[in-house]
Amino acid sequence: MTLAMEPSHFSRRAVLKGGALTIAFALSGERADLFAQDGGGPPRILDAKEVDAFFAVNGDGTVTVFCGKVDLGQGLRIAIRQMAAEELGIGVDKIKYVEGDTAVTPDQGRTSGSSGIQRGGVQIRQAAATARKALSELAAQHLGTKPDDLIAVDGQIRPKVGGAGILFADLIGERRFDLKIDPKAPLKNPSSYIIVGKSLPRPDVPAKCTGRNIYVHDFTVPGMLPARVVRPPAIGAKFISVDESTAENLGAKVVRIKDFLAVVAADEWMAVRAARALRAQWSAWSGLPEQDTLAATLRSAADITDEILINKAAPDAPRPEGAKTIAASYFWPMQSHASLGPSCAVADVRADAATIWTASQGTHGNRATFARFLGLPREKVRLIYLEGAGCYGMNGHEDAAADAAIISRAIGRPVRVQWSREDEHGWDPKGPPQLLDISGAVAGDRILDWRVEMWLPQATRGLPNIPLLGPEAAGLDQVRGLNAGQISQNGDPPYAADNVRILVHWLKDAPLRPAPLRSPGKPANCFAVESFIDELAAAARVDPVEFRLRGLSDARGVEVIKRTATLMKWQARPSPGPDKDAPIARGRGMAYVHYKHDETYVAIGMEVAVDRSSGKITVERVACAHDCGQIINPDGVRAQVEGCILQTLSRALKEEVKFDRSRVLSVDWSSYPILTFSEAPKVEIELIDRPTLPPLGAGEAACTPVAAALANAIHDASGVRLRTVPFTPERLKAARNQQST
Amino acid sequence: MDSYTVRINGFTRSVEASDPDKPLLYVLRGLGLTAAKYGCGLGQCGACTVLIEGRATRSCQTTIADVRDRAVTTLEGLGSSSSLHPVQAAFIKEQVPQCGYCTSGMIMSAAALLAEKAKPTEDEVRSALDGNLCRCGTHVRVVRAVMAASGQAG
Ligand code: FES
Ligand code: FES
Repeated sequence: MTLAMEPSHFSRRAVLKGGALTIAFALSGERADLFAQDGGGPPRILDAKEVDAFFAVNGDGTVTVFCGKVDLGQGLRIAIRQMAAEELGIGVDKIKYVEGDTAVTPDQGRTSGSSGIQRGGVQIRQAAATARKALSELAAQHLGTKPDDLIAVDGQIRPKVGGAGILFADLIGERRFDLKIDPKAPLKNPSSYIIVGKSLPRPDVPAKCTGRNIYVHDFTVPGMLPARVVRPPAIGAKFISVDESTAENLGAKVVRIKDFLAVVAADEWMAVRAARALRAQWSAWSGLPEQDTLAATLRSAADITDEILINKAAPDAPRPEGAKTIAASYFWPMQSHASLGPSCAVADVRADAATIWTASQGTHGNRATFARFLGLPREKVRLIYLEGAGCYGMNGHEDAAADAAIISRAIGRPVRVQWSREDEHGWDPKGPPQLLDISGAVAGDRILDWRVEMWLPQATRGLPNIPLLGPEAAGLDQVRGLNAGQISQNGDPPYAADNVRILVHWLKDAPLRPAPLRSPGKPANCFAVESFIDELAAAARVDPVEFRLRGLSDARGVEVIKRTATLMKWQARPSPGPDKDAPIARGRGMAYVHYKHDETYVAIGMEVAVDRSSGKITVERVACAHDCGQIINPDGVRAQVEGCILQTLSRALKEEVKFDRSRVLSVDWSSYPILTFSEAPKVEIELIDRPTLPPLGAGEAACTPVAAALANAIHDASGVRLRTVPFTPERLKAARNQQST
Repeated sequence: MDSYTVRINGFTRSVEASDPDKPLLYVLRGLGLTAAKYGCGLGQCGACTVLIEGRATRSCQTTIADVRDRAVTTLEGLGSSSSLHPVQAAFIKEQVPQCGYCTSGMIMSAAALLAEKAKPTEDEVRSALDGNLCRCGTHVRVVRAVMAASGQAG
């Protein structure tokens, strides 16, 4: 078969040589040795218990940090450098940085759960403290003094009293520490910090603003061919037949393995055209539930496992007279990661080894998965992280990587797979649907009862990774199961209540393949809990902030709520407010979370305007007080909090995956709209820094209270209580009509 | 295979394409000019925005035939790290991008706006950028950067 080739990145040389449109597949001689270690030298230590796994002191006075966690735009590249530089005693500009390459970085677990700093960074900081201690001991021998009399500054160890020091590079440059990380190695006193706590700029920003950042989408290897995967029209459909001629007429080659179908061409646009033109027959399939009755389907599921998460009873508390009992049901739909760029990956799979360039948040954890379906030993599979379009848990990155690997193996060439917009919206793993029933009783301001029932997909125990589409379609070996992250957290109230019972009905299945989506499960749980506390406050005719504070004993929690109230110039009064029957009703709402009950504290306040006749909701202002312990990089935290708020506002106002019995229907930005500039409110953020406490995550926590703050503001403004996300104008009008009848 | 003369970032280039409907986005990326991003291919997201004769245009919805003999500017040609366009400089100063996948399109749309209107209001900035989506939630910073680039620091 002959592939006509148009000018493209990888073929430019062939074109310049004067051969215009010669045949592709002529470039294999140019392949680099992809397994060569960066810069040569002895093989790297990858055991995360070892200092050498994280640091190399180079002869030129720089230090390279090897980080197993990856930067997806959340700023780890600078924040972790800051932590390492501070603890080592060297300038940030002297730190080189390598991330997420399984061949050279230690496995620090998936970059998920807002754990980049709080676990990944803290681990590297301890390694740095261990290294500094070792460097001080080495220097003490040379200088004939005690390590305690020495200090690490500017990449050298020198006497505290002054005088000549010794450079790190002269102490151990190009050699190993051969040292286990000492969990007791003393950390610097935060009061002496000169690097941590500063808003240093993120190093990737200039390249991103000049078009020079190399995303996985922009990455090429010699001889690489573009491919597109052709997915069936129904999720569970099986392949029947294909007419390859349409693709071949366009100069493309069809690759099929069982139900896996793809086209490979010499040029990206040809691959697109061929994928569109390809005519395949698939079996019928309609295994999805009805969208309109999804909540009822979850509620009536037969195959469930019940788990009581909390059962706290105060049997002796006498029940006061005049208790009010209320009950409400809350629903959060399936949502997409809706990454701005459809997933993409490059793979070079050979008979004995494979290299995969991917934007996966879990390169290390995917090694075994890829090895398994490729039939290679784990150590022969290398995944190299390259940035992609923002991902917030697990979008299609891993799937695209598996697609590329399968096709590369089939054709014996490096392959680049680019998903289409329709692929991404249709096939990325989704945040699962969540249903919560809450009932409670309140007397005065005392909460007597708080009962929650949740319906959630059950995680498969020991599942290494979420199963991937390519291996599933191609009939390759992989471990099956479900996992959507820690989705049952924050379903219980942070407020004092006499009796609390939290029951989860774990479902065996999920309608669409689930995956963790930023702050997994917690925006929905907090939406229910923090809406319900407002419903109780309204029943008790107490101001919602005051009602929260009466039941909250955690001082850091109290502080974020009070600070947010101050930012909002909060006027104490019960909800709904006086404006509720105005054509444009204005109001304010508040919500609070102590993330996972042991991490970051966040309170969010919102001001909204509700157009009662059209149902349009305008968010005018968002205020947020945020306490994530010790702040490494304030501007980085701020950027994350802004992102959490605006993205979750988008989810709460607009987002719901639409589907029929066979497939996802919301496969573009008009059927799955997200927040636009005109809809983005002003955001005010107050960061509370606690330099002497451990640093906590900032990439997820502020997502959690957004929908509840919004629902509470809508209720305060209009008297309409919304219990189903997203809060579309139609929903608001329907709820308004229902409540006025 | 037809040949098209296009002025790209100030250089006249001859580009070959067998399909006159080949989107400009694929042509540019094939030439190694990868700042413009494929986001949807549907004209809905703005990630592929470039300037054609100074106007912000979705390169995924523009064919190679459409730009014959016309001037195309991509982010690479707007400014370089040694001589940044004011919008680029402001985006860097305000630390706008997170993943940055939307950033190229945002800067191009904003640069076109400021070329047309030196001192837009904040609402004008928002409406000029309404066709540019950002999933990471950088909106607040984008608006701040564009206002700053127009000399209207808030
Ligand atoms: S890629 Fe052109 S508008 Fe989305
Ligand atoms: S910065 Fe990620 S999409 Fe805008």
